[in-house]
Amino acid sequence: MTDTRNTTDAKRDARKTNASKTNARSPDARSEPATRRGIHARLADLPPLAEQPPDSGFESTRTMPLRVEFVRQFKRRRTRLTMLFMAILPILIASAFDIGGSGSGSGSGGVALVDLATSGAGNFALFTEFASVGFLLVVIVAMFCGDTVASEASWSSLRYLLAAPIPRARLLRQKLAVALGFSFGVNLLLPAWAYLVGGVFFGWAPAKSPLGATFSYAETWERMAIVGGYACGQAVVVAALAFFLGVLTDAPLAAVGGATFVVVVSNILDSITALDPYRVVLPTHFQYSWLDALSRQISWDDMIRGTSLAVIYSALLFTAAWIRFARKDITS
Amino acid sequence: MRARRSERSDAGRRDIARTALLGRLAGLLPTNRALRASLAGVLVLVLIGLVLAIVLQPAAIKVSSQFLAGTPEPDGKPVALDTSLYLPATTPAPAVLLAHGLGGTKAGLDAQARDLARHGYLVLTYTARGFGSSGGLIHLDSVNYEVKDASRLLDFLQNRSDVLHRDGKPVLGVAGSSYGGALALMLGATDHRVEAVAADITWNNLTNAVFPNNVAAGASAGTGGVFKKLWVGYLFSISMRPGATGTPAPTASGTDAAGCGRFAPDICAFYQRTGSSPNGVGPSSQASQSSALLSLSSPSTVLSGIKAPVLLTQGEQDSLFPLSEADANARQIVAAGAPLQMRWRSGGHDAGNADDNVSGWQRQFFDQRLRGMAANSDGNFFLAQRDAGISATNGRRVNTTLRANDGYPGAGHPAPVRGLPLTGVAQTISAPPGGSPAAVTSLPALSGVLNAAAGAGISTSALSALPGQVASFRTAPLTAPVLVTGSSTVELSVTSPDAKEATLFVSLHDVAADGTDTLPANLVAPVQITLAGGRQNVTLRLPWIVSQIPAGHRLSVQVSTTDFGYAMPGDPRSYRVSLDAANSVLTVPSLATTTIRTGTVLWWPVLAGIVLLLCAALLAWRLRSMRRSTRDAGLAGVPIAVTDLVKEYADSYRAVDGVSFRVERGQVLGLLGPNGAGKTTVLRVLMGLIMPTSGTVRVFGVEVTPGAPVLSRLGAFVEGPGLLPHLTGSENLRLYWAATGRPTEQAHLDTVLEIAGLGSSIDRRVKTYSHGMQQRLAIAQAMLGLPEVLVLDEPTNGLDPPQIAEMRVVLRRYAETGRTVIVSSHLLAEVEQTCSHVVVMHRGRVVAAGSVTEVAGVGAVQLAVDDPVAAANVLAEAGISAREVPARRALEDVFLDLTSEST
Repeated sequence: MTDTRNTTDAKRDARKTNASKTNARSPDARSEPATRRGIHARLADLPPLAEQPPDSGFESTRTMPLRVEFVRQFKRRRTRLTMLFMAILPILIASAFDIGGSGSGSGSGGVALVDLATSGAGNFALFTEFASVGFLLVVIVAMFCGDTVASEASWSSLRYLLAAPIPRARLLRQKLAVALGFSFGVNLLLPAWAYLVGGVFFGWAPAKSPLGATFSYAETWERMAIVGGYACGQAVVVAALAFFLGVLTDAPLAAVGGATFVVVVSNILDSITALDPYRVVLPTHFQYSWLDALSRQISWDDMIRGTSLAVIYSALLFTAAWIRFARKDITS
Repeated sequence: MRARRSERSDAGRRDIARTALLGRLAGLLPTNRALRASLAGVLVLVLIGLVLAIVLQPAAIKVSSQFLAGTPEPDGKPVALDTSLYLPATTPAPAVLLAHGLGGTKAGLDAQARDLARHGYLVLTYTARGFGSSGGLIHLDSVNYEVKDASRLLDFLQNRSDVLHRDGKPVLGVAGSSYGGALALMLGATDHRVEAVAADITWNNLTNAVFPNNVAAGASAGTGGVFKKLWVGYLFSISMRPGATGTPAPTASGTDAAGCGRFAPDICAFYQRTGSSPNGVGPSSQASQSSALLSLSSPSTVLSGIKAPVLLTQGEQDSLFPLSEADANARQIVAAGAPLQMRWRSGGHDAGNADDNVSGWQRQFFDQRLRGMAANSDGNFFLAQRDAGISATNGRRVNTTLRANDGYPGAGHPAPVRGLPLTGVAQTISAPPGGSPAAVTSLPALSGVLNAAAGAGISTSALSALPGQVASFRTAPLTAPVLVTGSSTVELSVTSPDAKEATLFVSLHDVAADGTDTLPANLVAPVQITLAGGRQNVTLRLPWIVSQIPAGHRLSVQVSTTDFGYAMPGDPRSYRVSLDAANSVLTVPSLATTTIRTGTVLWWPVLAGIVLLLCAALLAWRLRSMRRSTRDAGLAGVPIAVTDLVKEYADSYRAVDGVSFRVERGQVLGLLGPNGAGKTTVLRVLMGLIMPTSGTVRVFGVEVTPGAPVLSRLGAFVEGPGLLPHLTGSENLRLYWAATGRPTEQAHLDTVLEIAGLGSSIDRRVKTYSHGMQQRLAIAQAMLGLPEVLVLDEPTNGLDPPQIAEMRVVLRRYAETGRTVIVSSHLLAEVEQTCSHVVVMHRGRVVAAGSVTEVAGVGAVQLAVDDPVAAANVLAEAGISAREVPARRALEDVFLDLTSEST
């Protein structure tokens, strides 16, 4: 402050003296590094501003191309760490099985999947999916979708994007598309990668169902596609929740943590069987219904219910996010 | 000085932060009418639901217990039956008699009775004679005792005024499972007051059930069967538990000494005969005596007289009373002319905790038959397709319900069959002495163990097929899936070098391409074949199953010499089993079926679709109703026109209160005011970031709304940089420009990079930048594309003096190109030196506006002199008035005047 004041004093003096032509110092001469000459020349060379088209060649439908948003997000360290972790995870699990041998247990589908995990690529991929879908993938999806708007707010870059101007609805759409793309990518690449890792570690035998059926290769891939597709559908609920929270708040952590928190609470409530007729409306109730695709004959009932529930929740949450964001005062 | 300023700006920041926080909190609340209305709507719906739930909650059901007289024992002893009467809320009501299973009491029927009573039935439950607190002995559903007991209970019901009477006759139904199911059938057949019979997992002919023989055709058909010793022993033992029979009477009679508990002497004697017969196989000398006794306890003896409609439900996992028993019942019922509904359910005596909705189906049946309600699904034959999946949500197996398109197959229309050729060489198999080791396929009451083993991936085929004991014959891999519905048949040849008769167990396996062998429902069919010298060709009935065999799998017929559940000959034997060369075909019944989606499943996607449509409509409506920008042609040449702008935050704090000003082309306008004056709020409205409460901001005549395309003619740097820390400076600029969607050549990237002046640092990541570097990069970002209007908010914060000076020149040069610059600042000198025009704001209002010289005022010429006192004297003498003014009369003084006045 003192510096500034001194400078301004000096300036005023300079101007006064300029007027009396006793001092030739000009601000330009005093403070300009040599390289800066160019900028003044450039500005001076600009033709006088002609009457421009009203929107200066701007088209809102071209704003925020997916490619641009993809690069913006992909270059983040968290994206790359996530990818790296996802690449390591199946190898880690496979090594654990290799060292410790297959577990043993009896009972529901999940435990049986553990027993079969080392029987081949297909079962290893299914087990990896089973082990990660409950929490790990939830956190990752919440991170991709919750953080996408909230982090722009926390970097203050959101206001510049909106003033670019990117229409608000379009900004949400493009950001959601990229975030969902990352989420689905992880959801689908994880089992695919686990399949390859499992194949290297435990051979390429086709998948066996915990119910005793053995699938052909074609069936294995078909079932895995169903599992992956259904898991993606369920991930949309988490995505919608995180995205909605991300639109509400400027703190990325609040959005990601909030969505994860809701999922955890829902899981806890879902484990209370006494709530029974009402448990079906919990967003995570049908989280593992893809296990139904592992029986000899696919039972679609719970997967239909689960997908419908996901559609309901995500439609409500996305609508709320769009309506909220369309009129929100951006103050961050 | 430094300290004072930072205090001030801290307070200002706190203020802004608080305002923003309050605004955001308020933003969480529904702020518009539509949202409020829909919330209110939901609330009203919830309230209506609650009220309805309370109003419609059924009145309490009255339950009363009493002892009623049953049929006396043969010795004349009276028998009192322990009964409970469930009165529904409204009477008269149709009455239903509920009978329990073997080893149970009326207490086990409480849930079903309450459910029926809630749905408006008067229900009578009772404990059968010989069990619990009821008196008498167990006669195994004898027509002479248990069935007559039930008739007496109907007598009791028919005279009650709270039982609905139609045409002078009481409306009565009867239902039961297993032991109670047989009673229901026999009561319905013998007592024609019964108008509806619902019988679950029960038998048709007790002799056939206890001594099954699945030879369909051949010389040996009808020579008795294989004793189902494990099940029978288990049933007798559970019937003697104190819990089932109540405290045993302290009579020292002979039956007690024989270990018969409360079984009637003739039943007990039969049981003991089965144990003491030489090899346990079949009732040989006493066969006729036993079957005469058991026929008294068999619906088959009386069913020809049935007139009432019957609902038969039978379990697919039932080695005690397999589906064949229900089939036999069905044939008799149809022959007698009574309407029949059949349902093969997924559970049965082998299934521990099947989730079949038996009581629901029975209630629907009574609704239809006793109250005349419409049936809620057409068709009279439903099948559960088991193993359709494991439910992830409750861990139970998920079953699919199938409806047989042509109803229950009977004499008129037999089930369509498919013939599948079998192959396999003749095989010799041996029966071990004493029947041990024996194959294990099902365990009474312990079948959960086998299911758990299967669930854990342990192949139960290791238990169910012992080496050397099994002959198998296979089909070719199926080209298309086959749904097996019922009992397949196969023709085999059996010879034995050392035995006169053969005791064998045949089963139908599903063999996957990799050899995984599954035994559907773990069922085997015992056969007893008389080997009348040499080769014996027999047609055998395989177990009744419902199973979908996928394409690529094979069906395998296996013939085993042992099964743990049955009595087997004690002497070692060997058999040679081969296909009948002429007719080596497996005949598989395969009904045409339709998969039934339960209503609850269909309901979900429908609801999802409705919600989706509503949301889409709401979204479209909300986004469409957003205010469109209006255009004022008269202002098309004016870069910025702010008119009566008011911004009131949710806490009714007015940040901007009626601000109007204009900025013309080529001006460098300074927006001056202390912190909290509302400068930034004006700029935010100008950028379309916040909605004004009233008033407008027009850029080239176009009203600014969020995302208005005219904003592309404006570049802004407001309230600090907004850069992506993980990208380099140049990536930030390039990606930002790419995000605007405009052609790269319009960006003037070189010019802008030069303005940023970051040198090689431009390729470092922004998070490594100093505050000043970030500031310069952000200003450069605002100047991308050299916009016609450049808005800079406190641009010199964090710049060092040479850079500040440089910035001033750049801005002036920029304006000289015909573009417009707005600089907001709380620093007077800044504005004074940079700007041509100034707008002074204070507390949300404009307190002065005009060119800097106008506002700074005055236009008075200042003359600096060496000695003011002397100069004043000189001037006074010359007649020129003079007064002393502070040396730094400038914008600062004006500003201080203006802001202090309005304080």
